[in-house]
Amino acid sequence: MITVRNVRYVYPNGNEVLRDISLQIEDGDFVAIMGENGAGKTTLIKTFNGLLKPTAGTVLVDGVETRKTSVAALARSVGLVFQNPDHQLFCETVKDEVAYSLRNFGYPPDVIERRVRGILETLDLTPYADLSPFMLSGGERKRVALASVLVSNPKHIVLDEPTIGQDYQQKDRLRNFIVQLNTQQKTVVVVTHDVEFVAECRPRVVLLSKGRIIADGKAETILANEALTEKASLLRPQISLLFSSIAGLPRDVIDVFSAKAVIDKTIGRLKQCR
Amino acid sequence: MPIITIKDLSFSYAGATRQSLRNVSLEVEEGEFVIVTGPSGCGKTTLCRCLNGLVPNFYAGELTGEILVCGLDVRQHPTSELSRHVGLVFQNPENQLFSLTVERDVAFGPENLGLSREETRERVEWAMKVTGIENLRDRAPYELSGGQQQRVALASVLAMKPEVMVLDEPTSFLDPRSSLEILNVIAKLNEELRMTVILVEHRLDLATRHCDRIVVLDRGTVVLDGPPEKVYGAQAHLIGIGVPKVTLLFHLLKRDGLKIDKIPVTVEEAEGELRRLLAN
Repeated sequence: MITVRNVRYVYPNGNEVLRDISLQIEDGDFVAIMGENGAGKTTLIKTFNGLLKPTAGTVLVDGVETRKTSVAALARSVGLVFQNPDHQLFCETVKDEVAYSLRNFGYPPDVIERRVRGILETLDLTPYADLSPFMLSGGERKRVALASVLVSNPKHIVLDEPTIGQDYQQKDRLRNFIVQLNTQQKTVVVVTHDVEFVAECRPRVVLLSKGRIIADGKAETILANEALTEKASLLRPQISLLFSSIAGLPRDVIDVFSAKAVIDKTIGRLKQCR
Repeated sequence: MPIITIKDLSFSYAGATRQSLRNVSLEVEEGEFVIVTGPSGCGKTTLCRCLNGLVPNFYAGELTGEILVCGLDVRQHPTSELSRHVGLVFQNPENQLFSLTVERDVAFGPENLGLSREETRERVEWAMKVTGIENLRDRAPYELSGGQQQRVALASVLAMKPEVMVLDEPTSFLDPRSSLEILNVIAKLNEELRMTVILVEHRLDLATRHCDRIVVLDRGTVVLDGPPEKVYGAQAHLIGIGVPKVTLLFHLLKRDGLKIDKIPVTVEEAEGELRRLLAN
C-alpha cells in the first residue's frame, strides 16, 4: 500500500511541482497517472521510492515513512523504471543488466539465472541476452530497463511511460503482463500519455494538472470527459471522439471491443424493428 | 527526380550478428510526407541515420547499395555537408543537445552554415516561436523535461531550414495535445515550404491525417508501402502495427459481415461511415 498525504514538493530552484497531493494506492491496484507535460507526474512517482523526499507531507510505503528509510531499502519493495532507458542502463550485456539488482540483493547464481531467463522471455528479449544494451533499438532498450526492474519481483511496480517506442504487439504483451502482476496482488502504477493504451487496459486513472489531482476514477469516465482531458492536455481516445459525435450512442465507450459490441447490438436492434 | 533514392540498401552495425536493413529500396519525391513505422527493432532508426550519412560515417558497419539524398551520395559526402540539406531530429533529444542555453543550441546550426548575424537571429526566433519554446531561451537544455527537450531538438534542426526533415519519434515524451501541436507545425512546414518529411512514428492515430504515404518496415525490409487506406489492411495489424483505433474497429465490423464501403483512417471518416451504417 502506498499512501500519499498532503504532499508538496518544491525543487531547489523554487519551482513548486506538487501542491497538496493526497492519494491512496492499495495492493493489487492498477493506476495510470496522467496529465500534461510538467504536471508533476514523474516528481510524484519519485517520492514513492524515496528518490525525492516531500518538502511537506508524508509518503508511506506499506506503513513506513519514506523519510525514515533509505532508497536502497525501499528498492526491494518499490521498483521504478525511468522514462528514458539511457538513464538507467550501464552494463555490458543485456543479461548482466537484468541480473544486476539480483546480484546486489545477494541471490544465489542459479536463482538469478532462472529469473533472468524468465523475464527476458516474458519481454521478448531472449535473442538479445548477450548483446550490449546500446546495440539495441530505443524500444528494445526500454524493455531491457523494464526487465531489469521487474526481475527482482518488487511488490510495487512504478513505470514511467512504459509504452514509448513499443509497437502494438509489445504493448499487448505489456498489458497482459500487468494484468498477471495485478492478480498476484502487486501494485502497478504507470505514468503515461498513451490514452489508447489506457483505453484498452482501463485502470484507475489519477489525473494531475499543475501539481494537483483534478480527477481520480475510472478510465472510461475520465478519458471520455472533454473538459477534464482538455485541462490535462490529453486527447480523448478515438473511439470516444467517434461515439460522442453521434447522438444516441453511449458516452462511456473508449475502446474498440466495447465499441464493436455496442454497434453490433444497435444494428441488431435496428434490423429487428424492420 | 526523387529527392531521396535508396537502392537495394543493406546495413549491419559493426559487431552485430544480424542485418539492421535488408535490401531496402525506396524513392521519396520532393514535398512528400512519409510515415515510417514497423515493430520495435525493425530498422526505422537505422534508416533515419542513413539519410544524413551518420550511417556509415559515424556508426560503422557494412553498407551495400545506394543512397542518394538531394542528389548527393551519402557515402561520398560528410554529414556536415549533408546537414545543409537533411535535418535529423533524434529519438533521444539528450543525444542532440549540448549547449548551455536553449537559444545557443538553436543557433548552432545556422551559425555553422555561415549565415549572417541577422539571418541567424531571425531563424532562431522563428524556430523557437513555431515550436513554442521562446520562454525557455535562457534555460539549460539538460535541466528541461523530456517533452521540452524534444521541442528544443526540433527547433535546432528547423533553424537550418533543411529541404528534408527526418524525425525519429519526435513527440514520444510530449503529452497528446502538445504532440498534436508539434505534428501540426511539421505538417504546415511540409505544406508551406514544401519541406519533405520522413516521420518515424508508432502512434499513427495522430499522424495519419497529415501523411501522403506510409512505409512499413519489418525485420529490416520494406513490407508495405502506400497511402494509409491501402497500408492499413488486415496484414498491418498482424505484424504489430498499431493502426488507428477507428480503422481497427471498422476492420472488425467488416470481418464479421457488415458491409463497409471504405475503411476509415481518421475519426472524421469513421463518423461518416458509422452514420451511414446506422441509417441503413
